[in-house]
Amino acid sequence: MLARRLIPCLDVDRGRVVKGVRFVALRDAGDPVECAMRYDAEGADELVFLDITASSDARPIVLDMVRRVADAVYLPFTVGGGVRSVADAEALLRAGADKVAVNTAAVADPALITALARRFGAQAVVLAIDARARAAGGLGAEELRSRRSPHGTGAGFTPASEPVDGFEVYVRGGRTATGRDAVAWAREGAERGAGEILLTSMDRDGTKDGYDLALTRAVSRAVRVPVIASGGCGTIEHLRAALVEGEAAAALAASVFHFGELRVGDARRALRDAGVPVRPQAEAGFSHE
Amino acid sequence: MIAIVDYGLGNLGSALKAFRRAGAEAQLCSEPAALARAEALVLPGDGAFGATMDEIRARGLADVLVEAARAGVPLFGICVGMQVLFEESEEHGVHAGLGLLPGRVRRFEGPAFEGERGLAVPHMGWNALRRVREHPLLDGFEDGQHVYFVHSYWCDAAEEDVIARSDYGAAFPAMVARGNVMAAQFHPEKSQAVGLRMVDGFVRLVAERRKPVLA
Repeated sequence: MLARRLIPCLDVDRGRVVKGVRFVALRDAGDPVECAMRYDAEGADELVFLDITASSDARPIVLDMVRRVADAVYLPFTVGGGVRSVADAEALLRAGADKVAVNTAAVADPALITALARRFGAQAVVLAIDARARAAGGLGAEELRSRRSPHGTGAGFTPASEPVDGFEVYVRGGRTATGRDAVAWAREGAERGAGEILLTSMDRDGTKDGYDLALTRAVSRAVRVPVIASGGCGTIEHLRAALVEGEAAAALAASVFHFGELRVGDARRALRDAGVPVRPQAEAGFSHE
Repeated sequence: MIAIVDYGLGNLGSALKAFRRAGAEAQLCSEPAALARAEALVLPGDGAFGATMDEIRARGLADVLVEAARAGVPLFGICVGMQVLFEESEEHGVHAGLGLLPGRVRRFEGPAFEGERGLAVPHMGWNALRRVREHPLLDGFEDGQHVYFVHSYWCDAAEEDVIARSDYGAAFPAMVARGNVMAAQFHPEKSQAVGLRMVDGFVRLVAERRKPVLA
């Protein structure tokens, strides 16, 4: 049986791992290679690196980081952030990335997805989607959040009392709304050749309130490619919910893993006990000796 | 020297690193002459079957791979590097492979592979492997251990060539071996300890072959 995946995500700014809340308020969380080796040792199934450096002159830093990570780990990893062309993707893959994630550039030019899939195969192309709930009746997402239960106690569901009217795609690191519907965009991306969808709820990012299960489930049901749930992980129960109720193929988390609140191995053991098909920890841990 | 065949596509660094870690003198090789001199060949890969075969042919590597394999040089295909060992593939039209193994490469579809709402394709992630036959690549492997797959097509191999299977909707050949030609549909070099043990197995097999046969 194909196991569900646990994926630590490393947001990288100028060669350092950082993590914020709802895409802002960044904190330093260490060296990418050290983090990658630690997650490889602890039993991650895969890694995702998102370069959130705003300026494009930092590309050589990113390529160097990808090379160093590729030298250090024996598990697959995805790199995204600032990928605008087939040449950008090729440079990352040649540096040792297994997959590249595209986001803003794919929205601007959806044909980029097709071009990448033709050149590198669908398995190497991840469509990253940052989405935010559209409130029914024009209620803003900000207001929606303020109405929710106090921070940290969310059960992971979008409560029925707070109806949402679909999910909108945002680009440029969550700064720009596109008017596109997230579910429709995921479907289009998969049809154009993306082999995987990395789906981030901006509303939940860094909040530890739980994944947006309505969003995750809607996209998982709309496409046949694997969907990685992202945004909001605070507990092992959140991981379980994303993989079971959210129907995601993989669950990604950043803050809880970086700051040691959750160990990949502990999550894996608890998920197996709960009947979620994940790799046993005995196989997943890896010694770099 | 173990040659990691470099046909210009894919992530070759990971394969190179894994074989070197196993103690092999491994090198990336893109020249036919270098491949002809190698004592063993690794054909890595990810990506599309047609593009892979086009690059292999354009670089003049197809004949040297076939000749080396027929001469008994150990050859290890990985992922698409496994698929191109077969006769042909249905990926985006019909493409001829190297024809070293009988069989055809098919897409994950049809009644056998369709679940409630269809399987996710690509088959991507860690799946359990089952041994079908003993083989040096499987030394130390325990049934049910997971390895990392990423592919949308599977090799419909001859039954006698299959050494391990995996299940994705239905059982499919995950590892094959026929004499000196062997292959894995998954990525041993990306499969942490379980996969690296198979890389060790190949390197050992190559070293065994080097020992002089004593009368």
